[in-house]
Amino acid sequence: MTDVATLAGQVSEACAHKRPLCLQGGGSKAALLGRDCEGDALSTRELTGVVNYEPGELVISVRAGTTVRELEEVLAAENQYLPSATPHFDGTATLGGSLACNLSGHTRPWGGSLRDLVLGTELINGKGETLRFGGRVMKNVAGYDVSRLQAGALGTLGLITEVTLKVLPLPETEVTLVHECEAPRALEIMLQRGAEPSPLAGACWFDGRLFLRLAGAEPAVKRAAVDWGGETTADEAPWRALSDMSLAFFQCDEALIRLSLPVTSSLALSESRLLIDWGGAQRWVYAADTMPEWFENAARENGHAWSFRGGDRKAETAPPLSPQLQRMHRQIKQAMDPAGILNPGRLYSWL
Amino acid sequence: MGKPHATGVECSTEDLVHALREILPTNAVIVEREALKPFESDGLMLYSELPRVAVLPESADQVQAVVRCCAERDVPVVARGSGTGVCGGAMPHPDGVLLNLAKLDRVLGIDPQARTATVEPGVTNLRISDAAATYSLYYAPDPSSQIACSIGGNVAENSGGVHCLKYGLTVHNLLSVDMITAEGERVTVGNQSLDSPGFDFMALISGSEGLLGIVVSITVKLLPCPPEVRLLLAGFDSVRAAGDAVGAVIADGIIPAGLEMMDRLAITAAEDFAQAGYPREAQALLLCEVDGTLEEVEDHSARIGKLFNASGATSLRIAVDPDEQALLWKGRKSAFPAVGRLAPDYYCMDGSIPRGKISEVLEEITRLSQVYALPVANVFHAGDGNLHPLILYDAGDPDAVSRAERFGGDILELSVRVGGSITGEHGVGVEKLAQMSVQFSEAELLQMEDIKAALDPSLILNPGKGIPILKRCQEYRALTARENP
Repeated sequence: MTDVATLAGQVSEACAHKRPLCLQGGGSKAALLGRDCEGDALSTRELTGVVNYEPGELVISVRAGTTVRELEEVLAAENQYLPSATPHFDGTATLGGSLACNLSGHTRPWGGSLRDLVLGTELINGKGETLRFGGRVMKNVAGYDVSRLQAGALGTLGLITEVTLKVLPLPETEVTLVHECEAPRALEIMLQRGAEPSPLAGACWFDGRLFLRLAGAEPAVKRAAVDWGGETTADEAPWRALSDMSLAFFQCDEALIRLSLPVTSSLALSESRLLIDWGGAQRWVYAADTMPEWFENAARENGHAWSFRGGDRKAETAPPLSPQLQRMHRQIKQAMDPAGILNPGRLYSWL
Repeated sequence: MGKPHATGVECSTEDLVHALREILPTNAVIVEREALKPFESDGLMLYSELPRVAVLPESADQVQAVVRCCAERDVPVVARGSGTGVCGGAMPHPDGVLLNLAKLDRVLGIDPQARTATVEPGVTNLRISDAAATYSLYYAPDPSSQIACSIGGNVAENSGGVHCLKYGLTVHNLLSVDMITAEGERVTVGNQSLDSPGFDFMALISGSEGLLGIVVSITVKLLPCPPEVRLLLAGFDSVRAAGDAVGAVIADGIIPAGLEMMDRLAITAAEDFAQAGYPREAQALLLCEVDGTLEEVEDHSARIGKLFNASGATSLRIAVDPDEQALLWKGRKSAFPAVGRLAPDYYCMDGSIPRGKISEVLEEITRLSQVYALPVANVFHAGDGNLHPLILYDAGDPDAVSRAERFGGDILELSVRVGGSITGEHGVGVEKLAQMSVQFSEAELLQMEDIKAALDPSLILNPGKGIPILKRCQEYRALTARENP
């Protein structure tokens, strides 16, 4: 059984020998988001289990190798949940990997991302030191927020060994509404509904159908469902499959591009293979071999594009950064992983 | 690491002032002692210091030029917003430049469709919501000082407020900032979309107390104004009963917009000040706000009312009328100055604790209050476990000052002991530097020092605040070890 001390020892030794490490959780995202990574595998998969869960505090601490699915089962037994709809990916996604990638499901604009829910972490930095940042209280401004800094860093700043999260009571009820329309009209409706005070908790469009998810207090959900119309059966609701990327739309080997955009952007609306999620803020398209154009077009819209899956995984997969931001990345990397051994090249070729 | 921070001693005041006057209008560079006085401290007047020079730039370009000027001369720069902070975070550096951002106070734009506002750092928190009100939108985080505090300061301290239980802290409500780095470069961090690639600099900057960059423009998220609001006011005959009532609400699956507790002394002081109709006979009161659609609000307020009664509420009022709600909130939001009227001075603490520990912690604070012979009033963001004990003392009495400081230090250490934090929303500043070593190990503090040095190698931005220089920590540890063998 691997424990944190053993892992810290391995990182410390790798640091001394400047030997690159490739950090792994459940391996569900090894081929997603980042570039291919070379180095000795170091896994958190055996660091499992709930360290502390106090439902009355709305706080849970788990070891990083715990799967998101296991966590959600523990929460569901207390009528609570993770409001970020973090992907389960067939039950293999772990909390550590999910925070490092900061992937969120359909509830993102309303429930926040895993990054938003993080209260504290324990992590091993590139020198092999085991450090704790944040804590298990809702509000904490002591020191820099090194916990949230791990979100989206793809393991380049530390090996996350424990995560403490804020959780919420499960919504009392939920209803899915469906409307047939084309993408531009769907986006219009998303914008309009998003501006209304309502229990909206999901808004996606694909295959000519707009789905709106209402979740929360029963009377409020019922009222909005009546006002907006289009109620459908629970079986038809795409939400879990959408968040887990197991919908038919995602079953394609071609290069998958993720666009993160201001909701008002009309980018990609005329793409033939398009899925809109997050009320318009996240869009998925298949369009091979045109990554530089997508980077540029998304940046022009004040958003960004990722080469999410497939395509050339040795080229840059993350959107380019300004020279100043590049320098800041190098400076922070140097501060947390001076030997450059943690997932080198995974986020950017130069990092 | 271990490097002494910038002191600016190489640079004469004459040269510095001359260089600053090349950049700024003459009246925007202040050197006269009398005119510097208003900047000597922030809201925490225990700690004060006169800066060498204070500057009042009017644009981001001028801010950038000032930082460059200071960087070239290795002169410390301390940014200041409205000066309402309460941890000494904006206390000037004696050899440095105080950079007052109050004149950068333009609302640069509101995008009602994207539901965002872009503002300069000197814009007050409340002005954002006022400007957004035309579109039935508002900015959610609302510190009690929201009439005066600036959004730039909110970013620096990652401010909370009475509504963060449901709507999150400043860090949850930002999209991007433009900031001036320690080298004087302007950089955009974050994005107009919901996430941004690479390291989460938005998280790193939020709450960094002006140590990592100077924010010159900020894009925040706006939310649709809730159509209905109800405010419940309940009195209890013990703090424990009120604490149980808070737990019952959460256990029932309701997340109120705000859930505040006050103890007897705070109730009395607030009632004397605001005449809000608080139950004077109660040992504790809860203020609980629910918002949302009419149906939701009616359902939740009825359920919470029942839960409060079941937990032994001695009085219960449900305010529907906005004016009545405003009056009830006025009592809470003016609690600090109201308590301040009870003694010449008060010292506000900011411990953050697991909610379930409230009774235990308040009992210990009561005990400490007797030990140090200083009265204390407690105001508590009960929903998210953020406690504000207000220690009453007389700043004219050196012994009382010393007792107040030690009492405060004990409360912070108590917060850490029960699994919490030395500061929930006020920040570390100069005030809580010593207690940072209670909460963090040496390796953790060194990691934070390295992060600071990575983005500010000459240590010119607000040096000596937020993150302790390790030597001082070791001295503190040695001292406490001697005092508590």
